[in-house]
Amino acid sequence: MRRLIATLVLIVLMIVPARADLQSAVDALGSAKMDALEAVIKTLAGEPGPVPATVLGALADGKLYVRKSDQKVVIVAEEAGGFALTDPVTGASAGTVAAGEVSKIRINNALRRAIKAAAGGSALASPDPAKRLEAAQAVLKSRDASALPAIDAALAQETDAKVKAALQLAQAAALLGSDRPDTEKIAAISTLAATGSRDVLPVLAGAAEGQGDVALAARTAISGIETSLAFWNMGQNIWFGISLGSVLLLAAVGLAITFGVMGVINMAHGELVMLGGYSTFVVQEVIRNHAPGLFDASLFIALPIAFLVAAMAGLVIERLVIRPLYGRPLETLLATWGVSLILQQTIRMIFGPTNREVGNPSWASGAFELGQLSITYNRLWLVIFSLIVFFALYAVLNKTWFGLQMRAVTQNRRMASAIGIKTPWIGALTFAVGSGIAGIAGVGLSQIDNVSPDLGQSYSIDSFMVVVFGGVGNIWGTLVAAMTLGIINKLLEPFAGAVLGKILVLVFIILFIQKRPRGLFALKGRFVEA
Amino acid sequence: MANEKVERWVLAGTDYVYPRTTNKILEAYLKAKGVAAEDIMINYTPFGHSDWQTIVSDIKKFGSAGKKTAVVSTINGDANVPFYKELANQGIAAEDIPVVAFSVGEEELAGLDTGPLVGHLAAWNYFQSVDTPENAAFIKTWRAFPKNDKRVTHDPMEAHVIGFNMWVKAVEKAGTTDPDAVIDAIIGVSVPNLSGGFSAMMPNHHITKPVLIGEVQENGQFDIVWSTPGLVVGDEWSDYLPESKDLIADWRAPMSCGNFNVATGKCGGA
Repeated sequence: MRRLIATLVLIVLMIVPARADLQSAVDALGSAKMDALEAVIKTLAGEPGPVPATVLGALADGKLYVRKSDQKVVIVAEEAGGFALTDPVTGASAGTVAAGEVSKIRINNALRRAIKAAAGGSALASPDPAKRLEAAQAVLKSRDASALPAIDAALAQETDAKVKAALQLAQAAALLGSDRPDTEKIAAISTLAATGSRDVLPVLAGAAEGQGDVALAARTAISGIETSLAFWNMGQNIWFGISLGSVLLLAAVGLAITFGVMGVINMAHGELVMLGGYSTFVVQEVIRNHAPGLFDASLFIALPIAFLVAAMAGLVIERLVIRPLYGRPLETLLATWGVSLILQQTIRMIFGPTNREVGNPSWASGAFELGQLSITYNRLWLVIFSLIVFFALYAVLNKTWFGLQMRAVTQNRRMASAIGIKTPWIGALTFAVGSGIAGIAGVGLSQIDNVSPDLGQSYSIDSFMVVVFGGVGNIWGTLVAAMTLGIINKLLEPFAGAVLGKILVLVFIILFIQKRPRGLFALKGRFVEA
Repeated sequence: MANEKVERWVLAGTDYVYPRTTNKILEAYLKAKGVAAEDIMINYTPFGHSDWQTIVSDIKKFGSAGKKTAVVSTINGDANVPFYKELANQGIAAEDIPVVAFSVGEEELAGLDTGPLVGHLAAWNYFQSVDTPENAAFIKTWRAFPKNDKRVTHDPMEAHVIGFNMWVKAVEKAGTTDPDAVIDAIIGVSVPNLSGGFSAMMPNHHITKPVLIGEVQENGQFDIVWSTPGLVVGDEWSDYLPESKDLIADWRAPMSCGNFNVATGKCGGA
């Protein structure tokens, strides 16, 4: 029966020769070895009609399969218990099969590039501006001279300014690879050079080889771009520094209260950060399973939960471990270190030793270009977030009744007690607030780091470094110290490397502390010994 | 790698002995293949490095010189997660600059949103996606053990399967569990591996395995895109480094030496 149908199909196909070519090109996708696929893709892309674009799109998305029984190429859609098949040429349904009966047509990076370049021509005419932009960028990368007529046509009717700019670049790039006259090429080089962007460097480097006016113009353009990039590079390093500084600030700001203001050496600070990271993970898991639509809001939901979890943990630590040891720093240090190990092991037992996946919401993924700076959204949000946390804390300490009591207790416990402040509870609450902020920091840090039981370890050390450098007892010092250390670190890194850079920063801090034992912003006057 | 026509190489690793040695050999190898010194960039980072902004932007810069660039990563363990996140965020796709990792397996990918990583590569001797009946049976028994059908299998697990089976065979051959007798008996022992072949213990105490290159897929698995035609014998001393090219290892009596120098005829290194 199947053979009969196949013969019938074949006869029909013979009647329509154009369709027969298309069919054979599509079939070849299923039978070709990987190294021959590129040629097949090119042939297929040359066929007219909307089918090639659909097929190549399916291939790029990994939805193009071969049916094992008859080697037929099909487009699949996942269904419960199997795949629904569609005939790629006719668009008709071809039944449903179990997952084992079809095998995927595998592609590699070289083929993905070929598909994108091949799709470029037809996608340039797509009604969706995002698709046109993508196609223009693909041509800019592939520098494919054969796409030139399609670009010229697309450019003539383009209305979207952003796409138009991309198309102009693509046109210039394709032009350089074509056999148009030199004057047009030199004009294309100046179009490319005007962007001053790193993306056009490979195109220009291709044109700069050899002799002649074109090569000369390309070389001049390259050196011009490189000079301006060197300047932007400085800005980029400073931005990286601010971003690293914001990570340090976030990790240290909770410690600025527990260690800085209360004077408790809490070695479990990093583990409180880790608790915040795991709270985020749990919140995201619940959302993934029950309300996937809320995923972009997951971090906002995680914030109060992480604060509460870490604050409760902090409260328990304060009541059970730290309170009995007030005024005995060495014992506190050892006891809280023990707490940190207990917390790590507990998490390891509950969640396992491996990393947990915390996703970036869509608004915190990707990057944008500011001039020639590439700024990633997750880092940008982290900088903003750390500043919000910092100023919120500052406001609580200085503008609220609770903050006033907190400062009174930490400055002079007995006097505060004498005027009717419940010092034990204020102490415990202060510690809980500091811990809760560490938990909030964990939400932020889960976006850039691993959520694993070891998450906190490195942050404990870094936080102490920041608080000591900034000056104990002064949260402004923490802000300035975090930013200073971040920027110094990032300015050193390109020259000294990541390892040596870190060592140099430590040496710098040691020397600085020798000169000014109380840090950048030392407290003066009668509070010094409090 | 050959069909990617890569001309510039970034060798990025964690700062300890394995990446340093690997990169030393790779550098010598690439130079022997005619890659110029300025087309190789070597970078080391501390363990657990989490701030990859500078390095990723350096790689981006290095890759914009008009030559096809690839990264060979010997970055270890946890530091990989923020590294790949930063790559994805700065918009480096596998089609532009592929990353070949020597120490990223299915277990590392389990903690990662793999969408933006599709197309990056890893080199191992085994992947969970190896399509053999042995492997299918192994995955089934393994998942039954922790009662979790989401657990992944990976290369070090296969190494243990082979190693343990080899030891059993060697003990059977020697008739005792005395380590010295087992060590003598184990040379030449051959057991089935999970990729459908037999792994044999060579006199240099390395075993034969296939070498596979896999591409990261959306589901956190690898698609095998390249493999050696047969099994490969582990090479104990690299031929590409001047100080080790004369060394061989042979643990059979009477030589029994891990670093025998064929040029001087002595055991004990260069």
